[in-house]
Amino acid sequence: MSPSDYLYLGRPTGPIYLRVRAKGLWAGMLLALAALMLAGLALGAGALELSHAQVWQALLGEGPARLGAVVREWRLPRVVMALVVGGALGMSGAIFQSLIRNPLGSPDVIGFNTGAYTGALVTIILLQGSYFEIATGALVGGLAAALLVYLLAYRRGIQGFRLIIVGIAISAMLAAFNTWLMISASLESAMTAALWGAGSLNGITWDKALPSALFSLVAMMLTLLLGRRMALLEMGDDSASALGVPAERTRLQLMSLGVVLTAAATAAAGPISFIALAAPQIAQRLSRSHGTALLCAFWVGALLLLLADYCAQHLFAPRQLPVGIVTVSIGGLYLVWLLFRQSRLASS
Amino acid sequence: MPGFCRPGMLTWSNLNTNDLHLLVHKAPLSTSLPAANRLAWLVLCLGLLSVLTLLSLTLGAKPISLAVVADSLFGPGQHPDAIIITEGRLPRTLLGLLAGAALGLSGAIIQALTRNPLADPGILGVNAGASFAVVLGAGVFGITSAAGYLAFAFVGALATTLLVYLVGAYGTARLEPMRFVLAGVAISAVMMGFASSITLLNPWAFDRVRFWSAGSLDVRDLDLVLQVAPALLLGIVIALLLARPLNVLGMGEDLAVSLGSRPRLIHATAVLAITLLCGASTAIAGPIGFVGLMIPHIARWMVGTDQRWIMACTLLLAPVLLLASDIIGRLLVPGELRVSIVTAFVGAPVLIWLARRAQPSGSRT
Repeated sequence: MSPSDYLYLGRPTGPIYLRVRAKGLWAGMLLALAALMLAGLALGAGALELSHAQVWQALLGEGPARLGAVVREWRLPRVVMALVVGGALGMSGAIFQSLIRNPLGSPDVIGFNTGAYTGALVTIILLQGSYFEIATGALVGGLAAALLVYLLAYRRGIQGFRLIIVGIAISAMLAAFNTWLMISASLESAMTAALWGAGSLNGITWDKALPSALFSLVAMMLTLLLGRRMALLEMGDDSASALGVPAERTRLQLMSLGVVLTAAATAAAGPISFIALAAPQIAQRLSRSHGTALLCAFWVGALLLLLADYCAQHLFAPRQLPVGIVTVSIGGLYLVWLLFRQSRLASS
Repeated sequence: MPGFCRPGMLTWSNLNTNDLHLLVHKAPLSTSLPAANRLAWLVLCLGLLSVLTLLSLTLGAKPISLAVVADSLFGPGQHPDAIIITEGRLPRTLLGLLAGAALGLSGAIIQALTRNPLADPGILGVNAGASFAVVLGAGVFGITSAAGYLAFAFVGALATTLLVYLVGAYGTARLEPMRFVLAGVAISAVMMGFASSITLLNPWAFDRVRFWSAGSLDVRDLDLVLQVAPALLLGIVIALLLARPLNVLGMGEDLAVSLGSRPRLIHATAVLAITLLCGASTAIAGPIGFVGLMIPHIARWMVGTDQRWIMACTLLLAPVLLLASDIIGRLLVPGELRVSIVTAFVGAPVLIWLARRAQPSGSRT
């Protein structure tokens, strides 16, 4: 690859030296632009149609107070959370796919989502909990499952294959338990649980959104800082160590960040699992890079969830679908299309 | 244990399948396991399977003696308990044997084909397709009979796998197993999305499907089992015939072609076998996860890397897991636990124990 493929910031000897792949950067910027434009559209759409000027006024706190409340208190948290949750999931997917070097990798690998679902099911079916209790239950369940997988897979270090196998085993047991809970529950609680399990941004407010948004943003910053080490780690532990990257410690840090990102997303919106799987794949194909593109994965995830949420709200209006359902449909179709296009490019 | 020297196992960590041939030369196909050792494992599995088959016929809410079992199967069947055997336990034992072998073998094929340990037969969209078809049947067409579900599920599984195959194979000069996996994941996701949106808007269909999707061997109808048996047996035969070609393909596509095999044909046949096996067993018993994923791993640990041995071992071991789980489910609680739930709790601890104990590829890299 020629040096002109890269953009340089700072000097090699200076305190700041960043090298960014130009293609990835362009893809990232375009995605970001698309996401922001879609966000503007989503803020204006709804039962009360608003023009762009009205949305802008409302965001700045000008114009009628009534419109301000609709935009800032109802629609903005939802749009912001779609971006943050989607981005967090995309990033955590990128982390896990890079760590275990497997495109099927996602936070599911260490059992987080299944554990979170177990926690939520127990809270819904056995304890009849409220929104915050369900979120807490999901967090506890997910973190406990992830910790269990990590501990059982730990033997003089974490090794990708063992982690996968132990993750599969623990997830399978939890999933079996979930199935049992679902068929022994009453139809009503089972439907409630299934709705939560589909993942939804319906009825989200700033109160519910802020804690998880803050956690996500901090974790994202830290992940970006570790991005270069992650890329080096993909070359194998020995090469990474030779280049001065402490393999085991970096892996633990990255894995924890991945779990925090997923946990924050799950607490806010339920388990929306497909984005973590698809966003890094789509990002990789868009930016035509061989490595994992963290920022690109973030924007693809954010765009995907925002788009899905927009469809979930307006496609069958006034009926609102859980966003997770739309996500899998849109993301899946897009992935199929990408596969098709890739093969056309390859054959031409 | 040297069971992890399978060439494919090395490449899970290395997505670029073009590098496969490099790894193959480092890890030759031959294993260091003596044949006697492998034979011993097979005999042990066979013994276990026979014992479990008998136990499956005799144990249950009402224990029935072997003499009565023999009488009701082969004799006049005058004993009052004969009906429990012929209507209840015989179909379920037969189904356990057939579906177990089917799920295990399809898992072995898909793992050999994609060289990905995360791949389970469901990845080709079989389960998602069957579920979607059942949701359609229950939610849109109002189907209630078991035979109706069976037909819908089987057709759904067939159609979906065909779609996945077309998307995965479209326009590629080389075989790319990873594309199949991604195509399967993507199409499954779309199907699941559609299915969930139907069920979440239709409580009645939701209720039907939540019970269907917890797979069970308790079909109580020998005719249903006999209906799917030909598909399953055909699939098993194709799978066993595929063992040698898969061995050759495991050495890398280039090498396989130069040895005279036809990768595309092998690929298509493998997909056909998986569809028959997994589609038919899911159609009749509902989705039973984990068997197809776990048993081939365990078989590799036991008998090494030769697909012929893996298949033979899987063929015996997978029904062992399924029958054992079914028996445990019958005895554990009064209302019976469904086999798809018990399988995970029986199998997962074994898998974890093996993963911690064996010396997997980590010591080499």
